Amino acid sequence: MNAPAPALGLTMSVEPQHAHEARSASALSGFWLFMMSDLILFGLVFATYVTMLMPASFALGPGPKAIFELPGAALETAVLLTSTFTFAMASLAIKYERGRREVVAWLLVTLALGLTFLSLEVSEFARMLAAGDRPQRSGFLSAFFGLVPLHGLHVFAGSVWLVLMLIEIARSGLSDSVRSRLARLALFWHFLDLIWVGIFSVVYLGGRA
Amino acid sequence: MSPSHPSVLLGRLDLRSLDFLRVFLHPSVNEAILSGAAWAVIVAAAATVAILSRYRLWGPLWRNWLRSVDHKKIGVMYVVLALIMLVRGALEGVLMRLQQADGLGGGFLSANHFAQLFSTHGTIMIFFMAMPFLTGLMNIVVPLQIGARDVSFPMLNSLSLGLTVSGAMLVMISLVIGSFSTGGWSAYPPYTEMAFQPGPGPDYWIWAVTLAGLGSTLTGINFVVTILKERAPGMTLMRLPMFTWNALCTALLLVFAMPPLTVAALMLAADRYLGFHFFTNDLGGNMMNFANLFWLFGHPEVYILILPAFGVYSEVISTFSGKRLYGYTTLVIATMSIAFLSFGVWLHHFFTMGQDANVNAAFGIATMVIGIPTGVKIYDWMATMFRGRIRFSVPMVYALAFMVLFVLGGLTGIILANPSIDFQVHNSLFLVAHFHNMLIPGLLFGMLAGYTYWFPKVFGFRLNERWGYLAAACWIVGFILAFMPLYVVGLMGMPRRSVAYSNPAFQPWLIVAGVGAAFVVLALVSMGMQLYVSIRERERTRDLDGDPWDGRTLEWATPSPVRAYNFPVIPHIDARDAFAVAKAAGHRYVRPSAYGDIHLPGDTLIGVIAAVCGTTLGFGLVWYLWWLAALSLAVLLVALIGRALRGDRHPVTVPGAAVRRDYEGWLQTVAPPPPLERPLPPAIAATSSGAAP
Repeated sequence: MNAPAPALGLTMSVEPQHAHEARSASALSGFWLFMMSDLILFGLVFATYVTMLMPASFALGPGPKAIFELPGAALETAVLLTSTFTFAMASLAIKYERGRREVVAWLLVTLALGLTFLSLEVSEFARMLAAGDRPQRSGFLSAFFGLVPLHGLHVFAGSVWLVLMLIEIARSGLSDSVRSRLARLALFWHFLDLIWVGIFSVVYLGGRA
Repeated sequence: MSPSHPSVLLGRLDLRSLDFLRVFLHPSVNEAILSGAAWAVIVAAAATVAILSRYRLWGPLWRNWLRSVDHKKIGVMYVVLALIMLVRGALEGVLMRLQQADGLGGGFLSANHFAQLFSTHGTIMIFFMAMPFLTGLMNIVVPLQIGARDVSFPMLNSLSLGLTVSGAMLVMISLVIGSFSTGGWSAYPPYTEMAFQPGPGPDYWIWAVTLAGLGSTLTGINFVVTILKERAPGMTLMRLPMFTWNALCTALLLVFAMPPLTVAALMLAADRYLGFHFFTNDLGGNMMNFANLFWLFGHPEVYILILPAFGVYSEVISTFSGKRLYGYTTLVIATMSIAFLSFGVWLHHFFTMGQDANVNAAFGIATMVIGIPTGVKIYDWMATMFRGRIRFSVPMVYALAFMVLFVLGGLTGIILANPSIDFQVHNSLFLVAHFHNMLIPGLLFGMLAGYTYWFPKVFGFRLNERWGYLAAACWIVGFILAFMPLYVVGLMGMPRRSVAYSNPAFQPWLIVAGVGAAFVVLALVSMGMQLYVSIRERERTRDLDGDPWDGRTLEWATPSPVRAYNFPVIPHIDARDAFAVAKAAGHRYVRPSAYGDIHLPGDTLIGVIAAVCGTTLGFGLVWYLWWLAALSLAVLLVALIGRALRGDRHPVTVPGAAVRRDYEGWLQTVAPPPPLERPLPPAIAATSSGAAP
């Protein structure tokens, strides 16, 4: 066997084993990119909504002032913002090794709040549909039903993911892979909160203004 | 078709939607071509099944390919898909050229059939030829060039392939069952809304493009992370090979530019399926939103298509000039600038659709600015060739043709970027000539050069050169004859997408274009022959050494065909063009000091499930077979969740001893023997001992 070649161009020596941390760092980077992509998606649906805030797009139907009720939206906001706080508590419980029970407790509270948010949202949609404010009524209502339920769908997906994580915690405890996935789910959950802040500001507050 | 009363089981499918029967119902040339195409798909599918069964290839196909997560195999499958779709797309183009050559006052195709042809031609060439081709090359080359074992997310890679395949399958099915959209590849509403096209055509477009678009988004994420995270030690960003730099910018564009397409297509779907009013004429729809969304995707898409080709040309020109790339840093900056600027010019696709003149001017100037980094690239390539030791080869022929023809196309682009000129020539064949001038010599020649260049790396033998030169010559001549006349008829005022015309002055030019189309057919035949001859004579063109072109980048340092683990030991990089530097220093064959076990991801069914369920999901949605759509979606989601919960259950470990045996065996075959070490006579040894290192 020759001695290793001097450092000209390329040399070969056995690499250290692919550490678990490297893989979870890759997964986290990939997830950030996915969220950037998702953010573009929301940005465009927001932009579409704003272009539809014109009388021409109301098509003689109701505008934002006529259909939005701030108390309901404020309650939804409060519920979702609280859920982001409780998820953060779960993350802290993992970080400071507070044990599986505490983590699961905070996650269950988060899930409950997420489902509460969804049921509030669905009942709001049901009220609108019953009042005849359907997406088929006008371009403006189409844009509303394109934007807000899209966020709701994301929250639903996040809740399903949360349930799966609870199953995984029950099966294998707070393993490395569970921690890494929970870190990504936390990112997703906070991201959805941020989107909701945009929806509350632009759609509800802006609509009532 | 009775969209108002779809049945539960069959949706809106009925006998009239079976294209292959139509010629018997209404015999005519037009219907014969339509049914003939349907029969061609059926026969080709049957022949494929027969050949696979006859040679007992189902097993190997299933075991070694369809379930594989090996980036090279996934890349090959992408390229195979691209080549198949290239044949269909090119034949459709030929048919349109023939129709227009004969189109003075009529021709042989119906207007509806012609409209389907230009819609499928565009959709296929962009989404199912160009995108799979460049994704395939990126898959094959990028991990090798950065010294990685695989991409960051191998299972996701298989999923992306499955989704892309399902989109392509939908477009192929539309040839047999029902008809495709007549709204062009950009599918502008309101024409693609229910009010004007209640049939399944636009729905085929929506779901094919949405599925493929999802696959592309995931590919983008995968490659950004791979290039940023999986580089070998010492492979700093400014040592990345130029193809990989271009792949990085392409992947970033995929991440950011595919969502607008998804949004536009799904909003159109909401209009068509649920009666929303995003883009309708009535009740407050705004079709300009679609134009903006679509081109917010569509313009970056142009650079998604061209950047990988620029990467191929950079590698090819540098390798066959025997020189390092001139102006590496400026090429990196130019690539990044193009990627960045590509998001700021989308409006030039609809200068005439009612903006303020100042808005048009701003976008016109932004468009012209992109010419600057592109020009930098052209000069860098020319300077690379200058005083190089240029070797002629098939990839080099494509590169040379590209440099001449692409500059011409770029100049017509600068002309079109001026809004006042665009008002004159927009929607004319001048535009068609311009973008084919960018996409054929730019993208397609680049992909074909890359296909020829990296073929031996993947399969271990070179492609036949004689047929390769012939194919290249036919492509070049065919392109020039088919598209240069279109500039002329475009300036004479012939609108694009015309099935027929009444001005006899157009016809001579269109006949020349038809002759060009015949050359394109010859090029396709040559490519088929090249593949056949190359496989038959593969023993004569074996790439024993792994470095058939005297390459400069890392992929040529490892044996061909590349092993599943790419490199016996991950290399350490100390320079740009590390392999060329090593060869110049006399270290062509690097011997590792030790071999470690190699861990590889296991096979997965996800890709196959995505391809099958994606196809049935799309088909169900197109034909209102709600049970099929729901079932497919459920299976796909369960499979993905199951995979997430259970993880990779069959990871593979290649023992270091096996890697060593393979690599040392290869070295034994190809490496020149080391000089003999003879003990020196004692007297000389004594005098030299002080000086020896």
